[in-house]
Amino acid sequence: MSKRPTEQQKPVVPTRRARHDMNFNLLAGSILVGLVLLTALISFVWTPFDPVQINSSVKLQGPSLEHLLGTDNLGRDLLSRILVGARITLLVGIVSVGIAVLIGTPLGIWAGMKRGAVEEITMRGADILLAFPALLLAIMFAAIYGASTISAMAAIGLASVPGFARVARAGTLQVMNSEYVLAARAASQKPLRIARRHVLPNLAGILIIQCSVTFALAVLAEAALSFLGLGTPPPVPSWGRMLQESQQYWGTFPLMAIWPGVAIAVAVMGFNLLGDGLRDKFDPKVGRDRA
Amino acid sequence: MLVRIAKNLARFIVTFLVATLAVFSLMRVLPGDPAVIAAGENATPEIIAQLAKEFGTDRSLPVQYWEWFSGILRGNFGVSYVTRTDISPLVLDKVQVSLILVVLAMLLALVIAIPLGTLAAVRHRKLSGALISGISQLGIAVPGFLLGIMLVTLVSLRLGWLPANGWTSPGDEFGDFLRRVILPVTALAGVQSAILMRYVRSAVLDVMHEDYLRTARAKGLSPMKALLKHGLRNAAIPVLTVTSVQFAALIIGAVVIERVFVIPGLGSMLLTAVGNRDLLTVQSVVMVLVAITLLINLMVDVLYTILDPRIRAAE
Amino acid sequence: MSETLLEVRNLSISAGSKALVQNIEFSMQRGERIGLIGESGSGKSLTATSLLGLLPEELEVNGDARLRGFDQNLLRAPDKLMRALRGDEISMVFQEPLTALNPLMRVGAQVAEVMLQHGKISHRLAATKRSIELLASVKIPDPELAARAYPHQLSGGQRQRVMIAMALANNPQLLLCDEPTTALDVTVQRQVLELVSEQVRERGTGLLFITHDLAVVANMCSRVLVLNQGKIVEQGDLDQVFSAPTHPYTRALLAASDLEATDERGRLFTVSTAGAYRPPVVGEAAENAVASAGGDEIPMMGAAATPAQIPAGKALIEVSEVSRIYHRARTTLWGPRPEVPALDGISFTVRSGERLGIVGESGSGKSTLLRILAGLDQPSKGSVLVAGTEVAGAKERDLVDLRKELQIVFQDPMGSLDPRMRVRDIVAEPLLIPGVNLNATERSATVSRMLESVGLESDSAARYPHQFSGGQRQRISIARALVNRPRILVADEPVSALDVSVRAQVLNLLADLVEENELTLLFVSHDLAVVRHLCDKVIVMKDGKIVEAGNTKQIYTNPAHPYTAELVASSLNLREELARV
Repeated sequence: MSKRPTEQQKPVVPTRRARHDMNFNLLAGSILVGLVLLTALISFVWTPFDPVQINSSVKLQGPSLEHLLGTDNLGRDLLSRILVGARITLLVGIVSVGIAVLIGTPLGIWAGMKRGAVEEITMRGADILLAFPALLLAIMFAAIYGASTISAMAAIGLASVPGFARVARAGTLQVMNSEYVLAARAASQKPLRIARRHVLPNLAGILIIQCSVTFALAVLAEAALSFLGLGTPPPVPSWGRMLQESQQYWGTFPLMAIWPGVAIAVAVMGFNLLGDGLRDKFDPKVGRDRA
Repeated sequence: MLVRIAKNLARFIVTFLVATLAVFSLMRVLPGDPAVIAAGENATPEIIAQLAKEFGTDRSLPVQYWEWFSGILRGNFGVSYVTRTDISPLVLDKVQVSLILVVLAMLLALVIAIPLGTLAAVRHRKLSGALISGISQLGIAVPGFLLGIMLVTLVSLRLGWLPANGWTSPGDEFGDFLRRVILPVTALAGVQSAILMRYVRSAVLDVMHEDYLRTARAKGLSPMKALLKHGLRNAAIPVLTVTSVQFAALIIGAVVIERVFVIPGLGSMLLTAVGNRDLLTVQSVVMVLVAITLLINLMVDVLYTILDPRIRAAE
Repeated sequence: MSETLLEVRNLSISAGSKALVQNIEFSMQRGERIGLIGESGSGKSLTATSLLGLLPEELEVNGDARLRGFDQNLLRAPDKLMRALRGDEISMVFQEPLTALNPLMRVGAQVAEVMLQHGKISHRLAATKRSIELLASVKIPDPELAARAYPHQLSGGQRQRVMIAMALANNPQLLLCDEPTTALDVTVQRQVLELVSEQVRERGTGLLFITHDLAVVANMCSRVLVLNQGKIVEQGDLDQVFSAPTHPYTRALLAASDLEATDERGRLFTVSTAGAYRPPVVGEAAENAVASAGGDEIPMMGAAATPAQIPAGKALIEVSEVSRIYHRARTTLWGPRPEVPALDGISFTVRSGERLGIVGESGSGKSTLLRILAGLDQPSKGSVLVAGTEVAGAKERDLVDLRKELQIVFQDPMGSLDPRMRVRDIVAEPLLIPGVNLNATERSATVSRMLESVGLESDSAARYPHQFSGGQRQRISIARALVNRPRILVADEPVSALDVSVRAQVLNLLADLVEENELTLLFVSHDLAVVRHLCDKVIVMKDGKIVEAGNTKQIYTNPAHPYTAELVASSLNLREELARV
C-alpha cells in the first residue's frame, strides 16, 4: 500500500548491458513456450479428430494408436482437444498481457516522469486495483455480462495493469534520476524525447520480464476461470474446462484430468522459466560486484 | 512511528472508500436497474415499479450508494434481489470458513517456505539447493486447484485416507474438521509455499552479499550464526511485502479450492450468486473479500514499521 | 620491538585461470604501520580479505601467512580456527560504514557482540557497559545515546568510529583498514585517521592500511607496499619509496598524485610524462619542493599557464540571494512539514573567462547550486542570471538559450552515459536542441571532431559506453558537454570517481579545453588540491551558505573563516605530509 524504502533503493534498470550467454532457465523456458506455441499452430492445420465431435462408442478410452491420448466421457479425442485448447490459452495470454502493457507502461512512465499529484493518483489507483485479483474481477464481469472469453481477457488484463505500472514507474524513477537524463535535460531535450530515447530503451528489459511473468499468471487465471465455468463457454475446448469436465471421473479415469493438467503446468512453467532466464540476463543485481 | 501508522490508516480508509465506489458502480450502475432484471422479460411497468420500491432502487444512485455503504459499516448488506433473503448472516457464516482455510494455508506455506528457502539460498552452489529451487519452480507451475484435484484423486479416491470433500465446523467436531481441512489447506499452501520459497531464497541470497554480514563474519561469527543473527531479520522485510501480496492471491485461490472440495465458504457463495445472477450478493461478497485483503495490507504495513527502525524513525 | 607479527609468503589469489593477486610477500613487525597502495583492480582489498579468510568461495588462494602466536597458515586454516582469530586477534575496518553495520540492530549491541562472541565478557550487561566505554574512547559524543541508536541515525564519521571501536574492542594484534576514509568528508577523514593512528599506537597494534591515496599513506604509515595489477612492484620505507621510487609505476603514481608539481606547460604529470617528474624530498619544507618541481612560477594552472591573467570580463553569471528549500515528509500529524534549506541566501558573480572552484563537503548545497545554475532545478527565492537568461521562474522553453551557453560534466562516469546509446548519439544529443540546424552528415562530422579533441579514437563513435574505461567515459562526457560550443562549462566532481593516474589526464584535458575554447569554468569539488590546481577563484560553502570567497591563493594560504581554515588544514597534501615525516 505504501512506498517501501527497500524497493526504491535497489536498482531495477540494468546499468550495464546484458550478458550474451545462454542460461539454463532461458533455454528451458524457450523450449516449453515454443512447445505451447507449436501446439496451437499445429491445431490450425491438423487435429487427429474434430475436437468437439461426440462419439459415444469410444467413451473414456486409454491411449491407443487411433486416440494417442485417449478419449473423454463423451468420446471426444483428448489430443485434438489439448491441441485446440492451446489456442485459448495463448489468445487470453496475449490479449490480456497486451492490455496490461499498453495501459500500465505509459501510466507508470508518466507517473515516474511527472511525479507529484500524477504519481500519487496513478500509484494509489494501482494499489486499489491490486486489491482486485484477476479472478475476482473476472467473476464480477461474468456476473454482469455472463461468462465469455472477452470478459476473461478484460479482467485478467485489467488486473495486470498495476504490475506494469509499478515496474515502469520504478524503472522510470531510476532512469530519471540518472545523470544521463540530467545531461539530456541540460541539453534541452523535451520530456517526450527523453521518454523515447532514454526511458523506454532502458525499461525494455524489465518490461519483457514482466510480460513473461504476467503471461504465466494469465494462463493460470484463465485455467481457473474455465475450471469454474466462467471462462470460454463450451463447446470451444479449453484446458481449464477439460479439468472441470473431468471432475466426476477423477477416481475412475484420471487420464482425463492428467493431460490438461500437464498442459497447464507446462505453459505456466515455460513462461515462468523464460521470465527467470531473462531476469538472469538483464537483472542489474547479477552483474553487481565489488572492486 | 505514529505518523506513519496514521498515514497508513488514512490510506486504508481512502482505498476502502474508493473500492466501495468502484464495486458499486460496476455491480449496481453498469448492469441497469435490478428491478428490471428481477422482473423478467415480460414484466409490466407496474410490476417493475413495485419491485423497484421493494428493492429501494427507485431512489437516486447516491442515496442507494449511501444506504449500501452505511449498511456495510453496520454489518448489514441488505436483502438479496433474487433469493429475497438477508445476506449478512450468510456472509458472516461463510467468512469464517474461508478465513480458516486462508490463514491455515498461509501459516503452512510460511512454515514450509522459510526454512526451505533459506536452505536453498545457503546451498545455492550445491546440488541440494538447486534441487529445492527446481521443486519450487515445479510447484509454482501447478495451480492450486490442479494440486487439489491430484490430492483428491490420490489421497481420497485411490487411497481412501481422507474424505474427498465436505466441511465440518471446528466447533462441531474437531477431529472431523481436521480430516476435512488437511487436503484443501495443503492444496492452497502448496503453490504459495513454492512462490514464497523463491522470494525467501532470493531475499536471503541478497542479504548474504551484504557488507554487514561480512562484518559479522569478521567479528568471528560462524556463517550460520551470522545469517541467523544478522541476516534473517533483514531478509524478512522484502518477504513481508510478498506475503501481503500473496494473501490476496490466497483469498481468491480459496474460492476455486472451495469448488474443488465442495466447501461452503465465501467462494461457493460467490459462485452460486454468479450462477443466479444475484448481483447484490456478488457485490457484498466481493466487498468482503476486498476488505479482508486491504485489512491484511494494513496489518503488514504496521508490521513493517515495527520491524524496520529506518522507517520508524524517518518519514 | 623487532618481533615479527605477520609473515606473508607467496600469496596468490586466482579466479579460475585468471590470476588476481600474484606472489605477494611481506612481513610486519609488532606495532608496525604498513600502507598497501594500489588503484582500483590492483587486488589490494583481496589481499587483506584473504588474511581474514573471508574471500568469496569461488576464489582460490595459495601461499603462506603466519600470525604471531598462531601456528597455522592463515590462508589454509579451517574456518573454525579462523573464527576464533577474527575480531579477536585480527580485525578489519571496511570502506563504507553505512552498509557494513547491520541496519536493524542497535549500535551498542553490535559493538557488544564482538566481545560476547569471543567470551571476553560473558555478561550482556557488562558488555553493553564496556561498549559504551569503547564508544567514548573513539570520541563519539554522548556514547550512551549512540549505543542505543541505529546506524542510520549516526553520521558517516560516527559510523566509522563505531566500526573502529568494534574492531579494537578485543585489542587485536593486527588491524586491517580497507579505505576506511574514502567515503568520508575531508574534515571527518582527518579526524578518523587521527583516531586510528592514536589507537593503534596506544595499543601497539599492527596496521595494514589499504588506500589509493598517497597522502593518506604518508600520513599514516612508516612503510609502503605498492601494488599494481596484483603484484607488489615496490616496497620499502615510506621516505625511500616516495622520494626515490625505483619502479616506473611508483614514479607515475607519485607524479600523478602530486598536484603541486607541474610540467613546463603548467600541466600535471601523467603516466607518460612522469619521467620528467622530480619526487619530493622527505623532510624538506613543502614550499621549497613546490618551487623546484615545475618552473619558478607558482604552479597553479591559472597563473602558470595563462600568465597574461584574465582580462576582467563581463559578468556572465549573477546569483543574488538565492535560497532553495526542500520539504521533508512530515514527522508530526499537525503543523507544517519540516523544511530543509539546501541553499540559504547565496550571492556571487562569475565574470567571463574566470575559473571558479566551488568547495564544500557533502550536504553543503554545492550540487543544488549547480542544478539551479543549469536550469535543472528552481530556486525558492532569489535571482539567477546565467548568460542573460533568468533561471528563477523560467519555463523549459525559456531556457533554450541557457542550454546553448552552459553545459555540465557529471561525477559518475558510469551513470552519466545512457548504457543503451552509442557514443555518437550520446555526444550528438546537445546538437538536437532547437535552433541548431545540422543535417546528419554535419552532425557526425562535428561529433568525430569533438571526440578527437578529447583524445578518443574516431572509431569510438559506434561503440557503447560499457566498452570504455572510467577515464574514457569521462572524456565522452566532456565531449558531449562541449559539442555545442557553450561559453560556460560546469563540472560536478568530474574526477572524484577516477583513479589517480587517470585523474591527472582528465584534469589536463579540462585545462586544455578551457584554455582553447576560452571557457568560463565552474568546478565543484570536495578536493581542495584539485580546485587549487585548476581554479583562480574559490567559493567555500557550508550548510547552504557561502562562508568565504576570494582568490584561490589567498584563501588557501590565508583563510579568513575558521571553517575554511579547518578545511585547508584537514585536507591532506602529499608534500606537506612528507615534509612532516
